[in-house]
Amino acid sequence: MKVLAAMSGGVDSAVAAARAVDAGHDVTGVHLALSAAPSTLRHGARGCCTLEDANDARRAADVLGIPFYVWDLAERFRADVIDDFVAEYAAGRTPNPCLRCNEKIKFAAVLDRALALGFDAVVTGHHARLSGGTLMRSVDAAKDQSYVLAVLTRSQLAGAIFPLGDSTKTQVRAEAAERGLAVADKPDSHDICFIADGDTRGFLSRRLGEQAGPIVDVTSGEVVGEHAGSFAFTVGQRRGLRLQRPAPGGEPRYVLSIQPKSNTVVVGPGEMLDAGEVVADRPLWTTGEPPGEAFECLVQLRAHGMVTPARVEVLSDRVVAHLHGSQRGVAAGQALVMYDGDVVLGSATISAAHRVAAGT
Amino acid sequence: MPYLDHAATTPMRPEAIEAVTAAMAELGNPSSLHGSGRHARRRVEESREQLAATLGARPSEVVFTGGGTESDNLALKGMFWARRDADPRRRRVIVSAVEHHAVLDAAGWLAAHEGAEITWLEVDDTGLVARAALRDALTDDVALVSVMWANNEVGTVEPVRELAEIAHEYGIPFHTDAVQAVGAVPVDFAASGADALTMTGHKLGGPPGAGALLLRRDATPVPLLHGGGQERDVRSGTVNVPGTVGLAAAAAAAVRDRVDESARLATLRSRLIDGVRAVAPDVIVNGHPDDHLPGIAHLSFPGCEGDSLLMLLDARGIECSTGSACSAGVAQPSHVLIAMGAGADCARSSLRFSLGHTSTEADVDAVVDEIGPVVERARRAGVGTVA
Repeated sequence: MKVLAAMSGGVDSAVAAARAVDAGHDVTGVHLALSAAPSTLRHGARGCCTLEDANDARRAADVLGIPFYVWDLAERFRADVIDDFVAEYAAGRTPNPCLRCNEKIKFAAVLDRALALGFDAVVTGHHARLSGGTLMRSVDAAKDQSYVLAVLTRSQLAGAIFPLGDSTKTQVRAEAAERGLAVADKPDSHDICFIADGDTRGFLSRRLGEQAGPIVDVTSGEVVGEHAGSFAFTVGQRRGLRLQRPAPGGEPRYVLSIQPKSNTVVVGPGEMLDAGEVVADRPLWTTGEPPGEAFECLVQLRAHGMVTPARVEVLSDRVVAHLHGSQRGVAAGQALVMYDGDVVLGSATISAAHRVAAGT
Repeated sequence: MPYLDHAATTPMRPEAIEAVTAAMAELGNPSSLHGSGRHARRRVEESREQLAATLGARPSEVVFTGGGTESDNLALKGMFWARRDADPRRRRVIVSAVEHHAVLDAAGWLAAHEGAEITWLEVDDTGLVARAALRDALTDDVALVSVMWANNEVGTVEPVRELAEIAHEYGIPFHTDAVQAVGAVPVDFAASGADALTMTGHKLGGPPGAGALLLRRDATPVPLLHGGGQERDVRSGTVNVPGTVGLAAAAAAAVRDRVDESARLATLRSRLIDGVRAVAPDVIVNGHPDDHLPGIAHLSFPGCEGDSLLMLLDARGIECSTGSACSAGVAQPSHVLIAMGAGADCARSSLRFSLGHTSTEADVDAVVDEIGPVVERARRAGVGTVA
């Protein structure tokens, strides 16, 4: 096949491209320039977006002997990922930009362009397995990225190749070293690539402006503090609340909900975060169809989050997951991903979580 | 492998390879006083005389540099500093909007760090600088004027002699970047009237990393590099002997062959444009219809992205350029086309095919054979990155 390997400059995508070459594909490497004004050198563990990362990707392509280009997707990334990220926080939700990038950039803008240019598929270094259109967790549970890929449609998955799903990260690094790829011991990137200093709250207040508002205790109804913008909070957050009054019993308080219209952050005891029922909108099914009107499965409610058994009820435009047990800190805007063992059944966007008795 | 990117770099000429190879085997620092030094110095001075004769300059007007970018920086910054030192009011730099980045960014740096004011000379839709625009821009605070001899993207040849004359009416020094012009159109330094002229070796079959700034004897730019005082005390650093002999040999060969060669390239260029137009009738030929370099065909393909076209041609073994500046390989919309009045989409939809001394009919025919399906496919992939 003629395939396009998306190469971030990291070790995973370099090895993925190498494996595609070994598999006999006609491979072309592409680095996605996602920042309109990239820094020259990488700093910290964030990013894939500096000129140094582009050069790392180019060097890996040189070693593999494949053509290499840079595609400028900065404008599209800004519109579909960064602006969406800001808008979601402004609306009191907690978005996952990696998931949005897969959905809108890697397996939409890039895949569409690749197909139009005569490629058959896009190869990425995601840790997930894909066989016969079925998306599954990576064998490396700690590095598994199926959660951020579960939003892909069947046709998007049909154009994707994930060569790393059967390997652990340790194996990938060892293989990179054996292949003479200089990125073999490059640190993993994490956090949000477009927030270079890791200060999400600072980034959001620069974008949205400071908007002072009250922090209200759910039990007493009293104002217990002030904040500079409700967008800076996420459900389940405990640190950085700077509450002026302790709770009567002295127990810690957490963010329970964010009400963007009144610019209010509601705090309360941790047990009130325990959700037994999660509502999620716009479900997407890996096979095109839900497994049934109601079915048992495992659900994951955030990246790297715990999985919980649940009974999922399928309604017309949403699903309701009745958790067997409860999960703390379920945030609207995150994905609810449904699994059968390691197999992804589908995903939906969390809109609400209710504190009901477990098992209902 | 059809190589149609001679404006980026062109194969070294046999004369240059021979001269460089011979010089590399020889010992000597041209600044040394002993026999080996004298020998090396002789090589450098012979090269200086050869290059001067080739370009209508005096040997004392040849300052060897590391290439075009260095020559442009030395001319812009060095002349700006010298003029400002002589008269602090003179801090305006006049440059055309279609200059190479070596001039644009040097001017931009002067504005950002040295208090320079920039006046951009606009161009018409063929890329030509209007003489009247220069006249209007010549206020009494001007330090220098820089307008390229021939544009590296679209190939338009500027009226350098007239522009230099206008600048001189007001006593303003004039620099021209002639990197693309030397060997392609007649270049005579003395007749041009320019005070400084940038040229480089690797665009005309010489070695990379060797260039020159032709500099009138009364022009005394402040140096960028301080040290041993080589090259009129304007460009310190041990002179690159193999580079200078290769540069002079290549320039001499290119200028010697220029008349026949430019006629040959003009025929090839027409064959390319006619052939492409036959399969892609909506192709737009950019640049000036008459005053252009013989070997550059800069073409826009509406609805296509230049990046896509380049990649698809590269996959078919055909090498060309989008003609625009790259940073990490990211193509920016061409500032040249934008200055010529093209929209951002049009500016992104272009390819530069540039022919040179090794180009053949087969190279051109390969493009014509492949361009039809390539344009069709690129058009399907669309233009612009925002849906």
